[in-house]
Amino acid sequence: MRTIADVTRDEVEDFLFLEAELLDEWRLKEWLALFTADGCYYVPATDVAPNASPDTSLFYVADDRFRIEQRVERLLKRTAHAEFPRSKTRHLVSNVRIRSRTTDELDVGAAVITHRTKMGLTETYIGSYRNRLVLTSEGLRIREKRCVLDMDGLKPNGRISIIL
Amino acid sequence: MTPAATAEQAAVWHDAEKQRFKVARRSFVSPQILRDEYRTIFDQCWLYLGHESELLKNGDFVTRVVAKRTLLFTRDAQGKVNAFFNACPHRGAQVCRERKGNAKSFQCFYHGWVFGSDGALKSQPASDCYPEDFNADGSANLVAVPCLDSYRGFWFVSFKRDIESLADYLAGAKEWIDVVADQSEAMMTIVGGTQEYQIRANWKLLTENSIDGYHAINTHATYVDYLKNSNGSMSPVPFEGTGYDLGNGHAVIEYRAPWGRPVAQWIPLWGEDGKVELAKVKARLVERFGEARAERIASGNRNLFIFPNLVINDIMAITVRTYFPTAPDAMQVSGWALAPQEESAWARKYRLSNFLEFLGPGGFATPDDVEALEQCQRGFENLLEAPWSDISKGMKKEKVNYDDELQMRAFWTEWQRRTNARAGI
Repeated sequence: MRTIADVTRDEVEDFLFLEAELLDEWRLKEWLALFTADGCYYVPATDVAPNASPDTSLFYVADDRFRIEQRVERLLKRTAHAEFPRSKTRHLVSNVRIRSRTTDELDVGAAVITHRTKMGLTETYIGSYRNRLVLTSEGLRIREKRCVLDMDGLKPNGRISIIL
Repeated sequence: MTPAATAEQAAVWHDAEKQRFKVARRSFVSPQILRDEYRTIFDQCWLYLGHESELLKNGDFVTRVVAKRTLLFTRDAQGKVNAFFNACPHRGAQVCRERKGNAKSFQCFYHGWVFGSDGALKSQPASDCYPEDFNADGSANLVAVPCLDSYRGFWFVSFKRDIESLADYLAGAKEWIDVVADQSEAMMTIVGGTQEYQIRANWKLLTENSIDGYHAINTHATYVDYLKNSNGSMSPVPFEGTGYDLGNGHAVIEYRAPWGRPVAQWIPLWGEDGKVELAKVKARLVERFGEARAERIASGNRNLFIFPNLVINDIMAITVRTYFPTAPDAMQVSGWALAPQEESAWARKYRLSNFLEFLGPGGFATPDDVEALEQCQRGFENLLEAPWSDISKGMKKEKVNYDDELQMRAFWTEWQRRTNARAGI
């Protein structure tokens, strides 16, 4: 049986590219299926440490599995006004690296630039992923997705109404 | 019935008898009105600078932009709180380039002048090239803001020298700040982390939105869905409450709502342990303030607006928010989370979780507010033919509801008094 020790950078890269494609095609339920049952998704504020905890610091996004599900449900509704009509987005993922691995988990780093276009305006989110991935019988899955923004606040962006 | 939007007509118009209150949309788009707002409002009012909890130790400092000035907010070696213009008296460079930290002194990197955290010039390279009495009059020290004062831990500055006292300025808002500040016996504290974002809309739209109880059902339909989907996220409490004009342009809505409050409205999601903890928090409030006030603090929600641009919303969490216009159609917003310093790790975790459910650019509600504000700004492109916005809701009532628009009329009335803006050109 394959273990976490067998996972290559190519596989991780393919996995991140798949995730980006699902997000850009708004296939959010398929995106949700990439998470483990205890998966979480974080975007810290830009003036806290990249590894800060959402239990003690203010974040932009700190979703447990339930709230990721609710975020997806919301974004698929007409009443999610910030994303109706929905934005066009493009996630560009690069510099993918396996930073370390334990017996059951990969610590993956990547650079990400996401463009969001709506109402004739394009906004850019610049950041990095620090994701914790596990290997299941169905392949790689996300235990923690953390997008750390390399920005001074969200300017000119007014919102993270898409998934970064 | 509504007048023509002419250069003679005031931008804020009302007819008490017919119960109509209108605001000219020119107020949101005119570069001239924005210049007048800086001159007659931001240069003339007490403005929020920061919270005492951000400067706990001597030497702590924070840099912050307030009404286009770049300020240095410090607690000096004697423990005194100061605010200086962040510009070297020598040639003008900013002497501090960090967001926050702790320092005994600030050295301007350009020519090396050094200032204490009390703003006094401590040394300058080649000081023998200056007369001995060079700084006898203090003109080589950092320039302090004209007025600096605090109320219950909230620090304000004024760039107008002969302004009324902060206490007088805050008028009826003081009592409502008390209701927030009384939630801690130690001190209220800003939790680490700032939400900073830009909205492509006029700043006054955020004032209206921050104290608007009318929009929730429509704009925040998905947030209400979310609460319903979360098992045990609601207590059986209906939305009901009242709006108040607090004088000097300040206003508030106070109301009951079904969401959980860490101080202190329990929801089933928080379990039996949570119930015990919140009961303790409530019991202590009763000891300190008596049953009626404790109930108000614990179960009431407050969206408090302090003229011209401070919002303290004590809802499912507490947010402190301030915002400044950079153009008629753009503002910069800073938002913080405020909490009792002594609350348990359990309560802090739920507080921050509650905060993010609703508030901020990644929440389940604020992004829809931002969308609404930006759509209003787009709608204002039609102002020549569609020149007025309506703020009349509830004018016919003796006692208004929290979802009427009295609180917005309080803001707009003061805004008109100060700017004397016109509806047309």
